[in-house]
Amino acid sequence: MGAEGIGARVKRKEDKRFITGLGKYTDDVELPRATHAAFVRSEHAHARIGGIDASAAKAMPGVVDVLTGDQLVADGIGNLICGWAISSKDGSPMNMGAYRALEHEIVRHVGQAIAVVIAETDSQARDAAEAVSVSYEELPAVASVEDALKAGAPQLHPEAAGNLIYDWEIGDKAAVDSALSGAAHVTRMEITNNRLAPNAMEPRAALASYDPAEEHYTLYTTSQNPHVARLVLSAFYAVAPEHKLRVIAPDVGGGFGSKIYIYPEEIVCLWASKKIGGRPVKWTAQRAESFVTDAHGRDHVTVAEMAFDADNKIIGFKVNTKANFGAYMSLFSSCVPTYLYATLLSGQYNIPAIYCDVQAVYTNTVPVDAYRGAGRPEATYVVERMMETAARELGVDPTDLRAKNFIQEFPHQTPVIMCYDAGGYDAHMAAAKEAIDYAGFPARKAEAASRGKLRGIGTSCYIEACGIAPSAAVGSLGAGVGLWESAEVRVNPVGTIEILTGSHSHGQSHETTFAQVVADRLGVPIDTVAIVHGDTDKVQFGMGTYGSRSGAVGMSAIVKAMEKVEAKAKKIAAHLLEADEGDIVIENGEFKVAGTDQAKTMTDIGLAAYTAHNLPEGMEPGLKEGAFYDPTNFTFPAGTYMCEVEIDPATGQTEIVNFVAADDFGTIINPMVVEGQVHGGLVQGIGQALLENAVYDDSGQLLSGSYMDYCMPRADDVPSFEVRHTTTVCPGNPLGMKGCGEAGAIGSPPAVINAVTDAIGNNDLSMPATPEKVWSAIGAAGMPQAAE
Amino acid sequence: MYQTTYHKAASVAEAVSLLSGAEDGKLLAGGHTLLPTMKQRLASPSDIIDITGIAELNGIDASGDTVTVGAATPHADVETSAAVKGAIPALAALAGTIGDPHVRNVGTLGGSIANADPAADYPGAVLGLGATVHTNQRTIAADDFFTGLFETALNDDEIITSVAFPVPAQAAYAKFPNPASRYSMTGVFVAKMKDGSVRVAVTGAGDDGVFRSSALEAALSSNWSADAVDGVDISADGLLSDIHASAAYRANLIKQMAKRAVAAA
Amino acid sequence: MATVSMTVNGKAVQATVEDRTLLVDLLRETLGLTGTHVGCDTSQCGACVIHMNGRAVKACTKLAAQAEGADITTIEGLATDGALHPMQEAFREHHGLQCGFCTPGMIMSAVEMIDRLGSDIDEATIREQLEGNICRCTGYHNIVKAIQSAAGQMGSNA
Repeated sequence: MGAEGIGARVKRKEDKRFITGLGKYTDDVELPRATHAAFVRSEHAHARIGGIDASAAKAMPGVVDVLTGDQLVADGIGNLICGWAISSKDGSPMNMGAYRALEHEIVRHVGQAIAVVIAETDSQARDAAEAVSVSYEELPAVASVEDALKAGAPQLHPEAAGNLIYDWEIGDKAAVDSALSGAAHVTRMEITNNRLAPNAMEPRAALASYDPAEEHYTLYTTSQNPHVARLVLSAFYAVAPEHKLRVIAPDVGGGFGSKIYIYPEEIVCLWASKKIGGRPVKWTAQRAESFVTDAHGRDHVTVAEMAFDADNKIIGFKVNTKANFGAYMSLFSSCVPTYLYATLLSGQYNIPAIYCDVQAVYTNTVPVDAYRGAGRPEATYVVERMMETAARELGVDPTDLRAKNFIQEFPHQTPVIMCYDAGGYDAHMAAAKEAIDYAGFPARKAEAASRGKLRGIGTSCYIEACGIAPSAAVGSLGAGVGLWESAEVRVNPVGTIEILTGSHSHGQSHETTFAQVVADRLGVPIDTVAIVHGDTDKVQFGMGTYGSRSGAVGMSAIVKAMEKVEAKAKKIAAHLLEADEGDIVIENGEFKVAGTDQAKTMTDIGLAAYTAHNLPEGMEPGLKEGAFYDPTNFTFPAGTYMCEVEIDPATGQTEIVNFVAADDFGTIINPMVVEGQVHGGLVQGIGQALLENAVYDDSGQLLSGSYMDYCMPRADDVPSFEVRHTTTVCPGNPLGMKGCGEAGAIGSPPAVINAVTDAIGNNDLSMPATPEKVWSAIGAAGMPQAAE
Repeated sequence: MYQTTYHKAASVAEAVSLLSGAEDGKLLAGGHTLLPTMKQRLASPSDIIDITGIAELNGIDASGDTVTVGAATPHADVETSAAVKGAIPALAALAGTIGDPHVRNVGTLGGSIANADPAADYPGAVLGLGATVHTNQRTIAADDFFTGLFETALNDDEIITSVAFPVPAQAAYAKFPNPASRYSMTGVFVAKMKDGSVRVAVTGAGDDGVFRSSALEAALSSNWSADAVDGVDISADGLLSDIHASAAYRANLIKQMAKRAVAAA
Repeated sequence: MATVSMTVNGKAVQATVEDRTLLVDLLRETLGLTGTHVGCDTSQCGACVIHMNGRAVKACTKLAAQAEGADITTIEGLATDGALHPMQEAFREHHGLQCGFCTPGMIMSAVEMIDRLGSDIDEATIREQLEGNICRCTGYHNIVKAIQSAAGQMGSNA
């Protein structure tokens, strides 16, 4: 592999600037004569706007202008859209309500943008935003899916009768019903997947400027996918044509899905910059704004039934899920509880019949969209809570029940679209059991009991579909975009290399791992390879980073482009060395005639390509190649997570005393980076299981709208982790990669809840398992709520 | 944050004069409540008077049976003070549970008790030890100082100068933090004074702020042990209920924290 | 408006700012030291931690005026003579950062933690002491490892 090639624990190239405070995030960018934007936001969850009086605000110090939604509409700025079309059971298209960047008629969630104040300073803008007077006629509001679906519930959008966006289904209902009726055992559960606020540590920000001379816009923004942002801003929101809009996503401080979408604020900043004559407009969210504007995640209510035969084999699985979409359909919201969720309900198991139907529902809450894992954590939570519960009901070891039902042969076609290409589920189960010393658990439980503590162990065998995604396949399922990736490899005249990629790194370490792929192929030091990303003027196009796709898809595009560059470089080398092209090999950054000491360096080749004094007959000068890679299938990372907890029965406080993760990610480029991704994902999943909850009251007010009430996992909430890898190479892409970005967040919540419910002997427990809930569940189970 | 005018007072007299001269003045000590509140535009004082530079408000003095802590003394100084650790280790330990290290580096005793946040920790020690609050005008017994949620006996132009804590025979503080804010979801301070009397103060749980638990005091007076707490019936009446914990759960936490505190004292 | 003077990363600076200006805004906007970040409005996330007169404080919860005469060190001033501080090195060595946003505050907190508590510090104490610093990427695992490693380094250099 070489010291810096594939598989090496290379220290990150990007770290130097971050550890010295020299990272450049959107809010760090300064443009001359920039103005500052502050948004006037709805205080009500649902209200008709009677009027907006900005006269006082406009007269305040430093105020440049105050803009409202009627002006936005008059200027032809389009509504925000959802880019994935889902049809209901009856074939009807989804019911999408109008979503304006600034709303001047009916607001539908607390925090919705109504007007924007542009001023000389941020403080002046915020001062004036408070002086904008909005008169509201309050309307009844609804915050939960159960309430929103009731007859007589407040209605959000005229387009969506009964607040129903779609009623979608997948699978063979008749086959599943037949399995359920003929089953030896049926496990039935009601399962809630709690709503989460994503909370990337860098709040969203936008800095937009309009150049009247060129009629050209530039937007610096906190985006995971700047090209998609440009496409959507152009094609749907009509802010500017694509060739007149440059989107730059500089250093971005975490995304976790929340920075995929194009939000009202970015649209408004661009539009406002032109409106005020071309001065730049800057907006940076305060954390309180993030809570009521960043797309939330999860929020499912599910009823599931799993049928087993007398041999404890699964024979059918039926799932109904109600998904809370919030007040508007966010950019990719529709695919999350459908094609990213129901298609994973087979888990790692051989299940002959699956049926799932999903009702997508409007409520007066912040829009919900993909958040780390997106659909797959919800699916895993359902499947793995069901498996653990079924094992308890059947009186068998939960790991044995899983193993008995594991898929053993690949490729495996599930009843819900996915065709798993490779896997080795027994291997990661065995690795996890060994790592946690599964056999030793009863002794540890007894020892804990002697200290008055309740100890429990829980398992989760997750699978996810990553490497998103084959374009034609997702297109046939309703996606509005293709999900390939592009790359360009530029060998400079001095032999250094630039890789231009449509992937975007906001913590994923691409500047290092992408360079490792090049180093592996050419044998050059990674310091001679630069990764260029995040700027639509530099990189031609790309789909960005989400869905654990940048390795399997983004790096595959680089490999394809590298192959082209290497082929041309070999031709040049052969010409210069007067050798046969087929005899040229690449070693340690040199192009050699195999078996001789004749060689040309990268610099020799680069210089030859660009001087063009001595190239093969008919060859174009230069050494630069591009490639687009469209995957042929999803990839299927899978693994086994095991969690061990100790609970103080007197307070219900849960301590995670051990957590092991055994993952199969296929080929790993940099184990250090991959382990880091797993650690972070695990803590987000543990956060969901024990700590985090975005809570609305019945009137649609967010009760957990700051870190005072929304519990972010902190260092003393979690243990150190043991992370192991088992490997089956992915046959679908050139590097054999599956993806690792979301696994931790997908696999961990059920492992934690399975452990807690094991400890307390009560399976009736919802996330987050707060001390009070656990304490109450201990009492309800008739166990003593105090240390013995 | 709204516009405001900043003043730095060099003496208590100057601070009082600035405060009385201001339309709506607020004292600024550690600022970890005032400034976030101002940032969220929930407070808009016309003037803020920084009292952290006033020498007479800073410092710790342990002599005889009293530990006196200047009102502007940061929590970190109390936490690490050898004098406090020697005389009232429970007070040093309590200071070490407040906020996080950065909060403790700047947050002050005076600021904490003047704000009288029902979930703050210091009120537990002040009431639990029966401390005496010294102001520029008078002395106020702890039992008279806390008058409700964010309410104290302080007059508008009154400034806390120090708090005198009597050294107990035994004392301890046990805290169950709110998982999100890390403020006290329930904190119990127990003290056995040198005259044999027992005081128990509960913070974080009461819907009217910090309070003494007469039931726990009675039980512990006759039997200073964790076992004695078991027999006490803690009512949920008058306890806070919010998205983090119900009144009934807080009632349980009072009991559990009291047991932990007695065991640790 | 107030004119404030202080020492930032060893250099005397003077600025005229509104009374309501926060120290973090003075650092970021007036002085261009954008390594100190703002991640919340409730003084909890710790992305803004700097050293003020040797103590770690949240620069989002200090007025610029309160820093009059103070000696301030920010992440930009931690390396000396081009040599990274051992804590900076350790964060890189142990992959204690991903997106980098919380990193400056994390490192400044960690340096003061070891200065205050010494190099013989265990994992549980490090985790407790990180209460005022929130990271969403790393799961803290490698941050804790980095601090432990740097603690040893700082101890042996002392």
